[in-house]
Amino acid sequence: MRSTDEPSVKSKDGFAKAKHEELGLSKEELLKMHYDLVLARMLDERIWMLNRQGKTAFVISCAGQEASQVAFARAIKSGFDIVFPYYRNMALVLAMGMTPREVMLHQLSKADDPCSGGRQMPSHFGYPKLNIISVSSPVATQLTQAAGAAFASKLKKDGKVTLTSVGDGGTSKGDFHEALNFASVHALPVVFLVENNGYAISVPISKQMHIKDISSRAASYGMPGVTVDGNDLLEVYRVAQEAVERARNGGGPTLVEAKTYRYRPHSSSDDDRAYRTREEVEEWKHKDPIEQFERYLEEHNFMDKESEKQLRLKIRQVIDDAQEYAEKAANPSPESALKYVYAEEEVR
Amino acid sequence: MAVRTVVEAIRDALLEEMRRDERVFVLGEDVGLRGGVFRATDGLQKEFGELRVLDTPLAEGCIAGVAIGAALNGMRPVAEFQFADFIHPAVEQIIDEAARIRYRSNNGFSCPVVFRAPYGGGVQGGMYHSQSVEAMFAQWPGLKVVTPSFPYDYKGLLKAAIRDADPVVFLEHKKTYALPSLRQEIPDGDYVIPIGKAKTVREGTTLSVFAYGMMLHQSLEAANVLANEGLNVEVVDLRTLRPLDKEAVINSVKKTGRALIVHEANLFGGFGGEIAAILAEEAFEYLDAPVRRCTGPDIPAMPFAQPMEDFFMPNPQKIAEAMRKLAAY
Repeated sequence: MRSTDEPSVKSKDGFAKAKHEELGLSKEELLKMHYDLVLARMLDERIWMLNRQGKTAFVISCAGQEASQVAFARAIKSGFDIVFPYYRNMALVLAMGMTPREVMLHQLSKADDPCSGGRQMPSHFGYPKLNIISVSSPVATQLTQAAGAAFASKLKKDGKVTLTSVGDGGTSKGDFHEALNFASVHALPVVFLVENNGYAISVPISKQMHIKDISSRAASYGMPGVTVDGNDLLEVYRVAQEAVERARNGGGPTLVEAKTYRYRPHSSSDDDRAYRTREEVEEWKHKDPIEQFERYLEEHNFMDKESEKQLRLKIRQVIDDAQEYAEKAANPSPESALKYVYAEEEVR
Repeated sequence: MAVRTVVEAIRDALLEEMRRDERVFVLGEDVGLRGGVFRATDGLQKEFGELRVLDTPLAEGCIAGVAIGAALNGMRPVAEFQFADFIHPAVEQIIDEAARIRYRSNNGFSCPVVFRAPYGGGVQGGMYHSQSVEAMFAQWPGLKVVTPSFPYDYKGLLKAAIRDADPVVFLEHKKTYALPSLRQEIPDGDYVIPIGKAKTVREGTTLSVFAYGMMLHQSLEAANVLANEGLNVEVVDLRTLRPLDKEAVINSVKKTGRALIVHEANLFGGFGGEIAAILAEEAFEYLDAPVRRCTGPDIPAMPFAQPMEDFFMPNPQKIAEAMRKLAAY
């Protein structure tokens, strides 16, 4: 694993090149990524609050895992490429372009929920405008589908890359093997992102697998596998960019493992005190992806404590607006449950 | 016009649809070079190449998942499962994913995939090459389930399935594939038979038989036997199980007052139960006798030994006997 304090490479004129420059990222792009990180974290916090207030029945959280999601959203062509996310990907869909209002409409199961019209549990994203494919609850079913979408890209030569994500738990399923195997046989333009947060609900990695890094499994499919510090946004971006470029240029699939941690229980129905210590959670909070990235931004004078504070105030207003908007929005009519079982107009 | 067996009609439909629409491609185990273990895709790879006639790894869940993903990216995949018995690893993809992608996305996405699978027994296929799986799929809204009986219908319905905007489970009775007695003259070129329409293949007045696949042919044979005994049996080929042509079922019973359902899948929880329930709810006043079912027995699967396989399969003799009893009620 590389980290941000690794020595910078020298530019031609002999001055040290900052890491983001080396990665081709502008200040504006860095600030946008920072905004997305903080937005996702604060929106997540608001949603937990709504849950405690009894305003939303279910939460499944991305807190702690935002960096790899925001990095990947930047590395792909949002709206052109195809994304098969999983249910912990709120930061990903926000960074791709879903708005806080839309996320809140989905969270509160409103008629205008763009993901499902209130049919699915929260965080089961899906957004046709940006080729974000509808998420289901069974774990890892999206992986072979992502391989299939990438196979279609190969047939059509449409130049698209497919990104799919899954947790460490999902890598135990046969779908993981079947998808990676198929993708490598056909050198498909797909990137498999594993967000390894160390637990499949309560089952720790040590009881899920007998290997150190999930990425080592890539070798058995003859594809590159990379493990990266999932809390180091720029490092994930480097890996993501390489993987996406490889896919786009006909180099085939890549397995990326981002090691990270979820701060919250698996969902609002879980109690993580049963299986992990508070000390462990606190320890990971010292490696917080947002704080790490803010240190980088401060070092390069892109932000300071005051501007970070101002940004949070601004985001709070955005979230207040999203909540108010969604709370006022109409619920789906009961009878709308009957719609869209089949195509209502025949498509030929 | 050309004379075609069931499997030849299926191949014609695939060939013509692949020529018509480059979004159509087939995938499955041994479908390429080998042309499928039942020869349904014979010769296709030569014309369309290795990618559009894709030999997949031996992983049914992967076949279904890849087909679904390709459909989500604009293709019209036709996935072949070598035997319906082996479709179970793909059931999660077919039921949890394909069947509800449109619904769960509030019409945001659709999943136009055809899942083809040979089903049914009577070929000494034993417990794992003889199963009838139609009831399991017919239970799920979001899926269409098609079970033709004649070459003409196989071709027209497979074309309709490929052009359908939603996922279709297309079940092919393997005993009928190459059966010479079922050869039929069918029109050359393009025709489509709409999904969801049953067809009365024998008009009658004494009682109605509802069947599909091999059992439809066995029922017709039994009906011919009974004709010699003066009983005039109506035989309705359901052709599609979901959406079921309820109107055709009810109208036939309005005419005859008696209903017999024939399928080789197990009795309990079989598709016949649904037809019986519909008749009980919606045609009770027209019934002159209880609805009867002639089906495979409630044992886990079809045994291999010929005497036991024969015991499992409904045949014209058993069906004729069920008809006589029903007529005499």
